[in-house]
Amino acid sequence: MNVVLAVVIGGLYATGLYMMMRRSIVKLIIGLALLSHAANLLIFTAGGLTRARPPLIPEGANVPPAPFADPLPQALILTAIVISFGVLAFALVLIHRAYGTVGTDDLDEMKATDT
Amino acid sequence: MGSLILSTTARFLMPLLLLFSIFLLLRGHNKPGGGFVGGLVAATAFSLYAVAYDTNAARRVMRVDPHTMIGTGLLVAIASGALSLIAGQPFMTGQWGSFHIRGFGELYLGTPLVFDIGVYLVVLGVALLDVFSLAEEKS
Amino acid sequence: MRVLLVLPILIPLSTAAVSLVFWRRRSVQRWMGMAGTSGLLAASVWLFEAVRREGIQATQVGNWSAPFGITFVADLFSAIMVVLTGLMGLAVAVYSLGSVDRRRESFGYYPLLQILLMGVCGAFLTGDLFNLYVWFEVMLISSFVLLALGGERGQLEGAIKYVTLNLLSSAVFLAAVGLLYGLAGTLNMADLAIKLRAVEQTGLVTTLAMMFLITFGVKAAVFPLFFWLPASYHTPPFAVSAIFAGLLTKVGVYALIRVFTLLFVVDVGYTHTLILVIAGLTMITGVLGAVAQNEFRRVLSFQVISSVGFMVMGLALFTPLALAGSVFYMLQDIVVKTNLFLVSGVAHRLCGTSELKEQGGLYATYPAFALLFLIPALSLAGIPPLSGFFAKLALVQAGLGAQSYMIVFIALTVSLLTLLSMTKIWNEAFWKPQPSDSSRAEMPTAIRAVTASGRMATGTLIVPIVILAALTVCIGLAAGFFFDLATVAAEQLLDPTAYIRAVEGGMTR
Repeated sequence: MNVVLAVVIGGLYATGLYMMMRRSIVKLIIGLALLSHAANLLIFTAGGLTRARPPLIPEGANVPPAPFADPLPQALILTAIVISFGVLAFALVLIHRAYGTVGTDDLDEMKATDT
Repeated sequence: MGSLILSTTARFLMPLLLLFSIFLLLRGHNKPGGGFVGGLVAATAFSLYAVAYDTNAARRVMRVDPHTMIGTGLLVAIASGALSLIAGQPFMTGQWGSFHIRGFGELYLGTPLVFDIGVYLVVLGVALLDVFSLAEEKS
Repeated sequence: MRVLLVLPILIPLSTAAVSLVFWRRRSVQRWMGMAGTSGLLAASVWLFEAVRREGIQATQVGNWSAPFGITFVADLFSAIMVVLTGLMGLAVAVYSLGSVDRRRESFGYYPLLQILLMGVCGAFLTGDLFNLYVWFEVMLISSFVLLALGGERGQLEGAIKYVTLNLLSSAVFLAAVGLLYGLAGTLNMADLAIKLRAVEQTGLVTTLAMMFLITFGVKAAVFPLFFWLPASYHTPPFAVSAIFAGLLTKVGVYALIRVFTLLFVVDVGYTHTLILVIAGLTMITGVLGAVAQNEFRRVLSFQVISSVGFMVMGLALFTPLALAGSVFYMLQDIVVKTNLFLVSGVAHRLCGTSELKEQGGLYATYPAFALLFLIPALSLAGIPPLSGFFAKLALVQAGLGAQSYMIVFIALTVSLLTLLSMTKIWNEAFWKPQPSDSSRAEMPTAIRAVTASGRMATGTLIVPIVILAALTVCIGLAAGFFFDLATVAAEQLLDPTAYIRAVEGGMTR
């Protein structure tokens, strides 16, 4: 399972970076989205893949019974997903505005601020 | 817009969706659900109304400006966290109390619910702000 | 006392919330902006006093004990940075009253500024790596919106570059946090400090260190990763540029210093040597860029990069004196950089342009204002009685002490070139006579007519500049006091036992 996920993560990074290097700003945003998915999967994998019970503490005990899944990576991923959702929503509005103002989606045309 | 079927169903669906969102909000305490999902469901209710009629109608039905809603939600969430500061505990420590309601039994309530209500309002406000501003830009 | 640690976050957040409730009342938002930043400044000074008297403070949010919950820690370094955040926030809030246009105000400029300040304070105070990521994102989202607010073409193009590179760095940050969690099983920085020193696969730790170096390097704008900065910092309103230049890159430097003193010290020979090379290259490229530019804010943007090089140099040398130099440099540079950008805004208003070639004659018409420019400019170049001199002196001494003569040579050369680029601004904007071909002769009166809302508007622009310039002089005159502070902060950074004890002590409390 680790290997499969590693391949998937690698594929996501590769596609994400490839998309980012295209000239279109729409593809740039897609690339950024793929990168954040790759990072989330990476946290999931690095946190340890175990077949175990949910970490629920039974009444009267202080720790959950032995084979339990670590809930923290999932909490981290959930937070990261919400954040990247917000950032991407803003980025979409931004490229939409930029497209309207500049009149093209070609990054190479956006040189007004370069020197 | 102006589809009769859509606008009629929207009118019936909206109260259902809003009730469901409150159900999710209250259920979220120890089962799947919570303020975030509840807020999103409530946002779909108003978005549906905006699609069926128009955004102005949806704003009228909402009565509160999305910005005001975000601000209120934030203040509610901050207040729920700050309550523990008054009790001398670290920020956001859960405060619990049980109330007895006649004919209903014991009710066990705490600040996490208040925090969730704040989250509900913030999510609803932010989602609607996005939907409305995108919808109004097009027309 | 625990309240103190969350106040710098709660005050801006509550201010933003109240401003959102009064969305349509611009005057309420303006007053809330002033009240919120004043409150933030007061709370941060209070926190600073507590840390100075009683040592490192820590609190566990939600009362979840240390390695599991989120910890907020303030050592002297964080406390100093939070005070400066409050100070710059107030200066920029006052400056905004007279300089930010009505349209931006009605699109939520003031609440966004508060959220930006909250993100910066959160990043300075958190003791948890994932939480640091969250604060970075809070800071970035609000800065994206502030940058693009107004929707001018240059702003949007700058914002796209800024967003792309910063999101890339966030993705690397997230991946690094995930891998670190897989390696150490914790993300609490104090806990990590213990566990990483015990990890046997030091190669893995160094790899992670490199990932964090890239992440924070992008945010701090160090050598090969700074391209977003000069592409975007000169586009938004001057008040926004000023707060960005003063605080945002410094948060990146702060994170670098925190991580490379507390966590990644297993292979100092490799990591810190690399950082030293980066520091040297950052200084050189920054200052060369500044010398080549002909627009007021572009020159200053490149100077921001060059200064980052100095701060990182202290971290790379990794001696008590060098780190104290870094902390002192940051302390005074935040004031100087913010002030220079504020000055550039006034110069723009007086001349009607920011192109240095088209500016001129400011010394003849406004000699007092010219003096206000000279104080931060000369401090940046490192002229003796001013604060920048002592910061550079400490760093150069530390470099000589560590026998890194190359970096000392670079630092001194870069200082000379900094003086050159500041002289260029002085010559072009202040000293040379007004360009005759333009219709500039009537410009000042025309501009005054625009700001005819009165002296109030001009006052809100000048007062923050005067106060920050006075502060620069004070830091220079009382350099001993401030340097002692920086030395104590550096000692706390180099010896993490007190930090770890404060966090774990909070656990049993």
